[in-house]
Amino acid sequence: MDRRSDQSVRAVTDGPFLVEAVGLSRTFGGRRAVDDVSFSLRHGECLALFGPNGAGKTTLLRLLAGLLRPSSGTCRVGGASLRDGPMVRAQVGLISHSSMLYTALSARENVEFTARMYGLADAAGAARAALATMRVLDRAESPVRSLSRGLQQRVSIARAIVHAPRLILCDEPYTGLDEAGSVALTAALAERRASGAALMLVTHNLGEGLALATHAAIMQRGRFVRHEARADVDMGSYASEYRELVTLDA
Amino acid sequence: MTLPLTRREQLDAVTHRSAQPDWLLITGFVAVAAVYVRALAFTPPEATQGAAQRILYVHAPSAFVALYVAFALMAVSSLLYLGLKDEKLDRLAESSAEVGLAFTTVVLTTGPLWGKPIWGTWWTWDARLTATLFLWFIILGYLVLRDAIEERGMRARYSAVLALLAALLIPFIHLSVYLFRTMHPMPIVAKPSAPSMPPNMLITFIAAFCAFVLLYAGLVRARYRYATLRDLVADEEAR
Amino acid sequence: MLRASWLVARKDLAIEFRTRTAYFSALIFALLGLTIFYFAWDATAVAAIDLAPGVLWVIFTFSGLLGLQRSFGVEQADRAMDALLSAPVDREAIYLGKALANLLFVIGVQAITLPALVLFYNLPIADVILPLSAIALLAAIGLVAVGTLFSSMAVNTRMAELLLPMLSLPFFVPIVMAAAGSTAKLLAGRPVAEAWPWLRILVAFDIVFIVACTLAFPFTLEE
Repeated sequence: MDRRSDQSVRAVTDGPFLVEAVGLSRTFGGRRAVDDVSFSLRHGECLALFGPNGAGKTTLLRLLAGLLRPSSGTCRVGGASLRDGPMVRAQVGLISHSSMLYTALSARENVEFTARMYGLADAAGAARAALATMRVLDRAESPVRSLSRGLQQRVSIARAIVHAPRLILCDEPYTGLDEAGSVALTAALAERRASGAALMLVTHNLGEGLALATHAAIMQRGRFVRHEARADVDMGSYASEYRELVTLDA
Repeated sequence: MTLPLTRREQLDAVTHRSAQPDWLLITGFVAVAAVYVRALAFTPPEATQGAAQRILYVHAPSAFVALYVAFALMAVSSLLYLGLKDEKLDRLAESSAEVGLAFTTVVLTTGPLWGKPIWGTWWTWDARLTATLFLWFIILGYLVLRDAIEERGMRARYSAVLALLAALLIPFIHLSVYLFRTMHPMPIVAKPSAPSMPPNMLITFIAAFCAFVLLYAGLVRARYRYATLRDLVADEEAR
Repeated sequence: MLRASWLVARKDLAIEFRTRTAYFSALIFALLGLTIFYFAWDATAVAAIDLAPGVLWVIFTFSGLLGLQRSFGVEQADRAMDALLSAPVDREAIYLGKALANLLFVIGVQAITLPALVLFYNLPIADVILPLSAIALLAAIGLVAVGTLFSSMAVNTRMAELLLPMLSLPFFVPIVMAAAGSTAKLLAGRPVAEAWPWLRILVAFDIVFIVACTLAFPFTLEE
């Protein structure tokens, strides 16, 4: 598999949108977890997604990561549908509050394994670089089991970005991170965004979310109840409106 | 708002139907009872085996239904479910499995009951009985698997996969047992051969088959309706 | 796809090598089993050579199950399975990789159990080492093909430790019968041709179930 360095992520074949979701829905039994969601993201854009627990944010991210198939609707990443085959998933990186690591292996082994699974030519080099970006290179040889929760999260993030994904899906990525870790994560995400990647950031922390975002959306009962550009968001009223929505739902 | 209406309508329809007598099931039971009466009162006992041979009228049809009807339906519904993802097919497989387990248990209990007076031993590893024993284990495993999974989609997918693999296994069981028996000669047991039965017994035999198939159909349909109702109620509660 | 399978297998083996608990448990269980079985029978009434095939393959089945139990456990721990599933690899490659790792695990246990059996039961295997190894390999393949799939299913249920043996054992029966049957023939000095019917069943079983389980695996994933 031909791998480029992570400098430029624009491809000739892309349209203007890196991510296009149209009428995305997903039902579990009788319940609609994601209900007719449509949005699009260009290169370098970041969508912050807020909403109460159970709103469907995680399900939406899992749909975009190719972990779930939509019950209806389409989802295209980099011009190709996720259903077209496994290679489309190569563009996506997933950060979740579960570390998705193998605790018996070292941090380096975990990230190198991921790098090889994504077909990177120099897996060892890419792993080192990713671990360094997340400021955890000095603990690379320690078994993940022996690392603190915060350091594990850093390794998990390194794992998610090692293949220079064009779309990074973050599900509450700041969970467990200390000050230094949060700074490293924000810097890494900003850097990726600057080189043209698109981000989706699910978080309960309005401040952190809006800091990186170019767009903001609030999800409730599977639907986007608000979706606007960051520039149009008035910080003062947004927070109280969000709180109202959340308490209404509870 | 069409979805809730449809489900409500479904619930009403099923509840209404459950209030009426289940004619298919009743007919099935009556048919089986009629066969018993005919078998015990009106069909003469077999010459060499005596009264115990009459168990054949229960044992053979049950075995036939268990494997060729119940398990076959289970496997076919499972295959179709994996292709079509229609919940109805999963409920059908589930119902067929439970009823199939009952029939298989009947085979395994009537076998020894018949075997003791005829062969002198309670159990023998003959091909039919052994294959039925495995079928019993497989269906039991299928039901235990279903019981261990809460989420309906996963439960349906997993049981469908198990049912299909089991369908592939059955021929291997038959082959292995057959080969085992040829390599380890076992006492040859005399079995009443169906074709050369006097017409009287043949009629009872065939009637028994039909009655058991009817009973099976009635039981599966009743069980299927229960499953539908259960799922509808669960959906309502989840909303 | 083969490359991805090999990566997954290597990763699993690396994890197992790091902890080694499952391997040693399976091995000790097998060796203890051989010992117990020997003393459970009266050696003057039943010759060890008649006992050996049955004992070997029963022990092999149960120690194999011990190894299979942990196969998908590592993926469940921190949802590592999600990372595997979002990687650009075919689902089938994940199954094959895990099955390969399990196969090497089982062969690793066999590599010590078989010589132990020969030693404890005084078996004349000089002429039949090659066919015996072939039987062992074929049986291991069948065991692992079915066991890996059921392991992936059982790990997501409430009663994983009970379900894996309960679902797998009916499937292991033809393997055990064929392996024990052919081993007995070989140990009794019969020509290989007489064991051939059993071997045919074993080969057919392997082919059918490798294909079936590989095809079935994607259906066991939540999508």
